[in-house]
Amino acid sequence: MKYLRDVATIKLAEEKCTGCGTCLEVCPHNVFMIENRRASIVDRDRCMECGACMTNCPSEALFVDKGVGCAAALINSMITGGEPTCGCGGNGAKDNCC
Amino acid sequence: MAELKFRNELIGNKAAGISSECGCSISSVGEEEKPQWITGTVSAGKGLAYRVSTDLTNTDLWEHIRCRISAFRESYTVKPGLYAVGGPDKNSEVLVSANYKLSFDHLRKELKAMNAWILVLDTKGINVWCAAGKGTFGTDELVKRIALARLHEVVDHRNIIVPQLGAPGVSAHKVRRAAGFKVLYGPVYAKDIPAYVAAGRMATPEMRAVSFTTVDRLVLTPMEISPAMKKYYPWYAVAILIFFGLQPTGIMFKGAVMGGLPFLGLGLISVFAGGFLTPLLLPWVPSRSFAVKGWLVGLISVMLTCNILRLFEPANYMLLCFVYLFFPTASSYIALQFTGSTTFTGMSGVKKELKISFPVYILSTAASLILLVFYKTGHWGTP
Repeated sequence: MKYLRDVATIKLAEEKCTGCGTCLEVCPHNVFMIENRRASIVDRDRCMECGACMTNCPSEALFVDKGVGCAAALINSMITGGEPTCGCGGNGAKDNCC
Repeated sequence: MAELKFRNELIGNKAAGISSECGCSISSVGEEEKPQWITGTVSAGKGLAYRVSTDLTNTDLWEHIRCRISAFRESYTVKPGLYAVGGPDKNSEVLVSANYKLSFDHLRKELKAMNAWILVLDTKGINVWCAAGKGTFGTDELVKRIALARLHEVVDHRNIIVPQLGAPGVSAHKVRRAAGFKVLYGPVYAKDIPAYVAAGRMATPEMRAVSFTTVDRLVLTPMEISPAMKKYYPWYAVAILIFFGLQPTGIMFKGAVMGGLPFLGLGLISVFAGGFLTPLLLPWVPSRSFAVKGWLVGLISVMLTCNILRLFEPANYMLLCFVYLFFPTASSYIALQFTGSTTFTGMSGVKKELKISFPVYILSTAASLILLVFYKTGHWGTP
């Protein structure tokens, strides 16, 4: 299953990539492949913007506007003006996500 | 070994402030009986760690069901710190987990016949993936727990196996720099851990991919239906009963029930369509948009209900317009909430959906309410 087309914010600065392959290891949706000793994005529509690749890229070659893909969280943040985090658990726990 | 009470003195749980900050349900003060799943202690470096069972009891399983259907899960926690399965030694693997007991249980039940350490992070009772998204399952917490557990004294090697879905919060190279331990990303699912370890800590591509099977979706649906029924449905029901009971002479009970009943039923149908059918049929409903999927499933459900039960016959066009405007929209809104439970929806996509669907929701709700008012006033005109 894939989500909406052409919306993912993932960007790969290929010139910074050292081809270590960490992004392939952490990505839960097979977004990357290694080609000519460098990572490349196979299918950006598979990306769910979890940010695992960006957080673990040792050469900071990846950028994602990471966040929760959760309507309830985004609606809450529109109402309260806060950051969109899922309300599950922690602070005052709402039902919907995760 | 002497019977130990479950108190704050075992390894990793010792540092001041931990118990007050973690909000754990099992033990916040002093002495309590050990939970059933703790079967003893093993020596871990200079201290002790609890040994945990790899079998789930009926109590555990019942609690897991409660997690799926209620707010019970919000306080279902394990105390953070170091645990053991089997009889681990200085060469055994260290597996990292979250302090949501459901996550912890999924891990320990897969470690039968293994000797390993489990390092439980304080994720405020949230599962690994969601906590990693928030950053509570994260670099800082991992580094802190490694230090509190004195892991460098417990094991001779310098590897820790972190679940792959913890990667959004954990920066492997930063952990190595700060704590001296190399983060190895294990498989997505705990069931693959024995094979992963046996293969020399190598994950196959299958172990690295997240799935979202029909069963996965099914177990999530109660938590879609329940908030909709609690948050919206009571208000809706009261409004419908008042509306249909309202007569120039006052509120008529008979009118409220007779007129309102089909609408109360259709309200339930749209919750069912958006909160249960859409998630269940997700891969087969056309469109990638959850709002469109929910609207389609809502439309078909309403259509079938009206035709099978022969509602609104002889045809009342004003009411039918209301029905087809309002209920598929409600179903769409409820289906859109399921984006928070999927394994593949990203923030940019949900933002885009909200931007397009919200004006549509507001317009169609407004239009449907105007239709109802026209229907009512027209009705009053012809006694």
